Amino acid sequence: MSGSSVLFDAPGPRARRLSAILSWVSGVLLLGTVAWGIMVLNAPRESGGITLPGMFDPSRWDIIADPEFWNFVIFTGVWNTLRAALVAAVLAVALGVVLSLLRSSPIGWIRIPTAVLIEFFRGMPVLLMMLFILLVAGTGQYWAVVAALAVYNGALIGEALRAGLVALPRGQREAALSVGMRPLQSKMLVEFPQAFRQMLPIIVAQLVVLLKDTSLGYIVGYQELLRVTLNNLGSFYGNRYLFTLWCVAFILYLAMNLSLSWFARWLGRRGDRRYHPGKAGPAPVDPSQALLLAEANAAARQSENA
Amino acid sequence: MDVVIANLPLYLEGFGVTLLLLGVSGLGALVLGTIIAAMRISPIATLRGIATVYTEIIRNTPLTLVVLFAVVIVPLLGARVPFILSGFIALAVYTSPFVAEALRSGINGVPIGQAEAARSLGLGFSQSVALVIFPQAFRMTIPPLINVFIALAKNTSVVGGVGFVSELFGVGRTLANAHGNAVIAILIGVAFFYLVVTVPLGFLATQLERKWVVQR
Repeated sequence: MSGSSVLFDAPGPRARRLSAILSWVSGVLLLGTVAWGIMVLNAPRESGGITLPGMFDPSRWDIIADPEFWNFVIFTGVWNTLRAALVAAVLAVALGVVLSLLRSSPIGWIRIPTAVLIEFFRGMPVLLMMLFILLVAGTGQYWAVVAALAVYNGALIGEALRAGLVALPRGQREAALSVGMRPLQSKMLVEFPQAFRQMLPIIVAQLVVLLKDTSLGYIVGYQELLRVTLNNLGSFYGNRYLFTLWCVAFILYLAMNLSLSWFARWLGRRGDRRYHPGKAGPAPVDPSQALLLAEANAAARQSENA
Repeated sequence: MDVVIANLPLYLEGFGVTLLLLGVSGLGALVLGTIIAAMRISPIATLRGIATVYTEIIRNTPLTLVVLFAVVIVPLLGARVPFILSGFIALAVYTSPFVAEALRSGINGVPIGQAEAARSLGLGFSQSVALVIFPQAFRMTIPPLINVFIALAKNTSVVGGVGFVSELFGVGRTLANAHGNAVIAILIGVAFFYLVVTVPLGFLATQLERKWVVQR
């Protein structure tokens, strides 16, 4: 259903003109809204008898010329965010692989407790897990953030990998068994590698979520980008710079996450090309609905930030 | 355990606020997300562009940052908004692109041959959408949407964490600070209330998925 043009007849001159007019109108409306937003931000306001300068006043932005400022933001904030995300990502993928294998084990004594465990970790906010590890295990903020993110994303990656295993054509396993592989061999050598490849874009997208989730470290007091900018520098430079600091954090997060997202998408396209070398189309022609749904579900879960 | 039982009213109050956040911002996200999804498939290029950029930006921004904007930056601009209202708006805005993606992926999941077949039978746009495409897209859309709502239920904890709103997480943190010797019991109590919402929804999604997925 990607080509919605099938649904209606090709637009005639009148419909095309209408669409062009609406396009212009909505563009102008958008520009108007943006201009209004900038004006509201830029308007100086009265507060207790003093006139505060607008949000784009140079006096609110002079800190970005300060090399010390960037030094602290990059080498403490960004570095701590990336450090936590990297360690947590490695642990989460490892945990996800283990959980997916245990979860699809034929032995009930292994499968069912793993399912309960995954369900438990998936159902809880990461934030709560961080607080729990921080207060109960007393590991310090860094390990609270890393461990909570690893466990939570590990459970999600495990679920995604399991969905990949389930969505594989049954013939794969049957073929492996019929050439004399044992069930475990078939799982490790035939099914799992395919499932992992199939789900790689989802896993990388989950790592984008992990990167975003490091911002929860703000709440448990880990010195990551958000805490460094809004809290430490916010109290150092004063409230006057809060908006500037927010913008800096916003742009840095956007840069980090967008590059990782693009990488995920590129991986997805590359994987598709490898599976269907003859076809240039961006998506497999007739993927099973189960796999599509698994992908949609995984994408839906990526709204999680807690 | 005693602490949890003694503070049960507080827990329930927090749970109520969590449910309120979930309900109101869920509804808001559904409305906003539907608009975004409609914009993304509309024939008008500018609307498509706006929706795409919006989705990209929001999806790649941490929720913490969005909530902080709503509760820290907006008051700086002089707007006096109650924190819970900021929470509603932040959660709805943050969740809307994910709703839109779930809707879009459901529509995209219907094989194009279905639309072609409907059109070649002579059905018009509204007929083929209402009678052929939508019934099939619907069942592909509901499980991902439920997953979005599960995520939203958990995301409300961020509003409690930074937003000065005393919902479940906020209550848990306050209690944990007050009773340092019973932290485990208190936090497990909080986790229990979250699980009460998320686990049944998760099962529902799995059941529907199992029931509705057609292997082609």
